[in-house]
Amino acid sequence: MDRLGEWLFFFLIFPGIAFAVGLGLAMSWVDRKVTALVQWRQGPSAPQPFWDVVKLLGKEVILPEQAWTAGFLAFPFVAFASAALAATLTWHAALRLPGGTFGDLIVVLYLLAIPSLAVILGGAASGNPLGAVGASRDMKLVLGYELPLVTALLVAVFQHRALDGHDVTAATLSLDGLVRFQDAVGAVIYRPSGVLAFLVALSCCHAKLGFVPFDQAEADTEIAEGALIEYSGPLLALFKLTQAVQLATLPVLLVTVFWGGFQPAAWGVAAFAAKMLLVLVILVLVKNTNPRVRIDQAMRFFWGPVAGTALLALVLAQIGW
Amino acid sequence: MSKAPASIFARALRKSPWVFHVGTSGCNNCDIEIADCLTPRFDVERFGVRLVGSPRHADVMLISGPVSTACRKPLQETWLEMPRPRAAVMVGVCACSMGAYRDAYSVSGPADKVIREVDPEAKFVYIPGCPPKPETIIAGMVKLLGEL
Repeated sequence: MDRLGEWLFFFLIFPGIAFAVGLGLAMSWVDRKVTALVQWRQGPSAPQPFWDVVKLLGKEVILPEQAWTAGFLAFPFVAFASAALAATLTWHAALRLPGGTFGDLIVVLYLLAIPSLAVILGGAASGNPLGAVGASRDMKLVLGYELPLVTALLVAVFQHRALDGHDVTAATLSLDGLVRFQDAVGAVIYRPSGVLAFLVALSCCHAKLGFVPFDQAEADTEIAEGALIEYSGPLLALFKLTQAVQLATLPVLLVTVFWGGFQPAAWGVAAFAAKMLLVLVILVLVKNTNPRVRIDQAMRFFWGPVAGTALLALVLAQIGW
Repeated sequence: MSKAPASIFARALRKSPWVFHVGTSGCNNCDIEIADCLTPRFDVERFGVRLVGSPRHADVMLISGPVSTACRKPLQETWLEMPRPRAAVMVGVCACSMGAYRDAYSVSGPADKVIREVDPEAKFVYIPGCPPKPETIIAGMVKLLGEL
């Protein structure tokens, strides 16, 4: 019972829903502000993402006639819940919160894939042709980036195994274990294989967030937000919150797996926040300086150079580099 | 309008009006001025205004042009696709009163009349001009937000 209460606190308040939503909205403001600065604009004020979500919560929900109503209503909740759970697990490991090891890399990867699936299914359930186009593009994109992402995250595991002299069975897949391992022998990113893997994971997270070179699934100017086209009011707000929570999760996952966890000291807080912001700003700058590519170009990119780099990094990690 | 303190949703609506732009057979002049509002010089994102691609996401419809007969039905359908609360801004003299096209055979506007046929309670703001300056469009938006 105690454990249940503890985990409900982790999931609902810190570092789960309440914390991740707050941080995610703040980070989506950073995204919009940096975008505005790149374009020599002033950009929105800090509470803007919060007002956007509150406004959407107060609006009417329109159910399209052709939609599969149950699915159309359910998928935003699925997306938000799994994104929040992924945020809980990632932050729990990153901040070294008490409560023992819970959830490993594989669980987090699954949970991070579910929001994309929910968007795909929601778009397909909406019965809108543009929604279907968006869903099919999103599906291709998921097929493209998941393989290199998994490979890149495995590099951290392989480094652990090679450097610790363990056999396969001792290699850790738990986020806590990866954080402790980096405490002992230095961050993954400080080795050649780590650098390559970090770059691969960064570009995969870029696609996961749907940022511009890889925003074919939303493509405002062609298919009017694709899979989200029929969503309105609170359901749209849930998808926006899901995006915000992902924005608060993916940079942290990258920093935790490749760049060491949070050090419990004043400079540790600053260093952790700075690393996270650096990752975010890199993502935003890439987003603002690139045009959207076609979906086949995106897939070729992920299955060609990106997957190749990830494999190379895996080999380097295996030989202890 | 009631004098009761505005709910948090009404406040939020004023802080983040998302705009869907409908060109109802205008001459593209007003459309260019609308696009101007998003440029660095005017930057309406400061006020939380965003141009969205789907009427389902929008709070405010920007209408430019004297609703031709062919545009009538699509305009009404698009209006009904917007979730409540919703409002419309008539940009330019054509949208307000059909302007130079007043007695032309091919128009069935003005836009407010066309929308009132399907939604008698619709709210409108009129921004005359041919085309209105971006400053005027922003002033009109601000006026609309005061009334929402």
